[in-house]
Amino acid sequence: MMYQYDEIDKTLVKERVDQYRDQVARRMRGELSEEEFRPLRLRNGLYMQLHAYMLRVAIPYGLLSSTQLRKLALIAREYDRGYGHFTTRQNIQYNWPNLEDTPDILDHLAEVEMNAIQTSGNVNRNVTSDPYAGVARDEIEDPRPYCEIVRQFLTLHPEFSFLPRKFKVAVTAAETDRAAINVHDIGLRIVKNDAGEVGFKVLVGGGLGRTPFIGKVIRDFLPKEELLRYLQAILRVYNMEGRRDNLFKARIKILVHELGTERFTEKIEAEYEASKSDTRLLMDGIEEDRIRAFFTPPTYESLSDDAPDVDAEAAGNPAFADWLNRNVVAHKQPGYAIVNISLKPMGEAPGDATAEQMDAVADLADQYSLGHLRVTHRQNLVLADVRKQDLVALWKALVALDFATPNIERITDIISCPGLDYCNLATARSIPVAQRISQRFADMKRQYDIGEIRINISGCINACGHHHVGHIGILGLEKNGEESYQITLGGSSDVDADIGKRIGPAFASEDVVDAVETLVNTYLDIRQDGERFLDTYRRVGQDPFKERLYAAY
Amino acid sequence: MNYRMVTANTLKEGAVVFMTASGGWSQNVNDGKTVTAEEADTLLESAAASVADCSIVAPYLIEVEVAGGKVRPVRLREQIRAKGPTIQFRTSA
Ligand code: SF4
Repeated sequence: MMYQYDEIDKTLVKERVDQYRDQVARRMRGELSEEEFRPLRLRNGLYMQLHAYMLRVAIPYGLLSSTQLRKLALIAREYDRGYGHFTTRQNIQYNWPNLEDTPDILDHLAEVEMNAIQTSGNVNRNVTSDPYAGVARDEIEDPRPYCEIVRQFLTLHPEFSFLPRKFKVAVTAAETDRAAINVHDIGLRIVKNDAGEVGFKVLVGGGLGRTPFIGKVIRDFLPKEELLRYLQAILRVYNMEGRRDNLFKARIKILVHELGTERFTEKIEAEYEASKSDTRLLMDGIEEDRIRAFFTPPTYESLSDDAPDVDAEAAGNPAFADWLNRNVVAHKQPGYAIVNISLKPMGEAPGDATAEQMDAVADLADQYSLGHLRVTHRQNLVLADVRKQDLVALWKALVALDFATPNIERITDIISCPGLDYCNLATARSIPVAQRISQRFADMKRQYDIGEIRINISGCINACGHHHVGHIGILGLEKNGEESYQITLGGSSDVDADIGKRIGPAFASEDVVDAVETLVNTYLDIRQDGERFLDTYRRVGQDPFKERLYAAY
Repeated sequence: MNYRMVTANTLKEGAVVFMTASGGWSQNVNDGKTVTAEEADTLLESAAASVADCSIVAPYLIEVEVAGGKVRPVRLREQIRAKGPTIQFRTSA
């Protein structure tokens, strides 16, 4: 069900923690200056934010066991202020750890085969994936073994430890893109070719931030066994030619853009050809099989796909029916379901969970979902293997935790970065805007009438809240000492990926929620049958929205 | 007239602190020593001792207003640093 550390992994992580413990002690004694210590702490996921340190812990491709989640709860309770924040990269962040406690926290993490390695710095970061990996009906095969292979290949890889800039890889095998592969440095989609062989479609140069780009396809089909050699070729070209002279131009997307896709692809292919005599990275199937064995599907019970109790409850209980419609997704195995846990109760900070909630979800995972769960890039959690017959009981338990808000992919399922309430780089707050939008649209009936819509909010141009790919994107800026919010429309990170376009001048903080409401009302007025917000926008363009929006101000 | 103040984060907790008249550090912005723009660099230099003894990291100057005996940083970022997050986070208790 999930990768387990071998002796090499265990030793490596343990040695890292011991080294770090020593580094912290030397820093506390003044033997290391802040300048010397900073890169060392960052290499272990420890940032300095506005009010405190922040520790970012990697959750490889968002997969957690209940034991790991309990450990995350313990850390929240004993070393932080009783909560953690799940991020758009399927990681968790703690906002209040003390420096001296961080080696102990890392020791705790190591006990459950977790770490904070490469959650910062100009290296490959957490490899992210489809939160429905392995259970989705629309996937070709489980992408997680490849995530793990890439993770191992790029962890502490000497040649790729000082890339021009940070590097992010996402892998999916499904038709629906739930991993936003189009906006990653490398996006890998598992595909089948005409001969029925399985391989990768390779996208490079996607990314958000100051200069957003959708990834370019540089290979329609890469045979599976060539994955690492091809990745090596991409990283080598990037390492050599990426812009190290300018922080804002250092991501691979700029290299792809400046060279042009064709020229960039030629360089990759040439580097790849040149490495062909080196067979060490050719995946021969043995290591692949070893890794894949960790992800062997669980032994499912043979159950009927009909669940009369669930149907009966849904017929008589509208709240349950809403949750069933919104938060529960079809599983590939008959009689099972995928359950989304919304971390977006009305008016709360998106992605936050308390230690108690984490403990309780860990228990629910044990009781109802084979002891595992996933973190999504939209900052929710997923119980992936729930028997349909358990749905009613699970729903009741989630209601008690305030985790059953039936709003997945609806207007209150907002992605928001930490923004100026926590983040050192922020220009404006983002969580309070998310909370206000959530309160404004709290009425579920109205949310269902509005239908599928994605609002993404970032507190600065770095775009951790993925605002460029929100159907409605909100970017917080500072103008003359005041927060102001720029709105973009038409973005998406799904298969219909696009970068949103700015609709016009920014809005003052007190006006931004009204502006969102005006946009939504405009859509409701002009939509045609079956159109989502995004579809209407793409059909009619900016003008009708713009007219209504700026007429009001 | 706006004043200047030195702020930093403590090494141990990362907590936001302001330099006081005695050269110590307080988490309360109202305890911070305010100086004129001309005196600001000298004040900042005097923070070096606290960097050297590992009590604080990365001191820098901020602009503040003083009204009715209360200090208020000019920039929103610094107002939030002085007060803490403006949102209620979910607490365990
Ligand atoms: S987008 Fe900006 S404000 Fe938000 S977390 Fe990223 S760096 Fe911080």
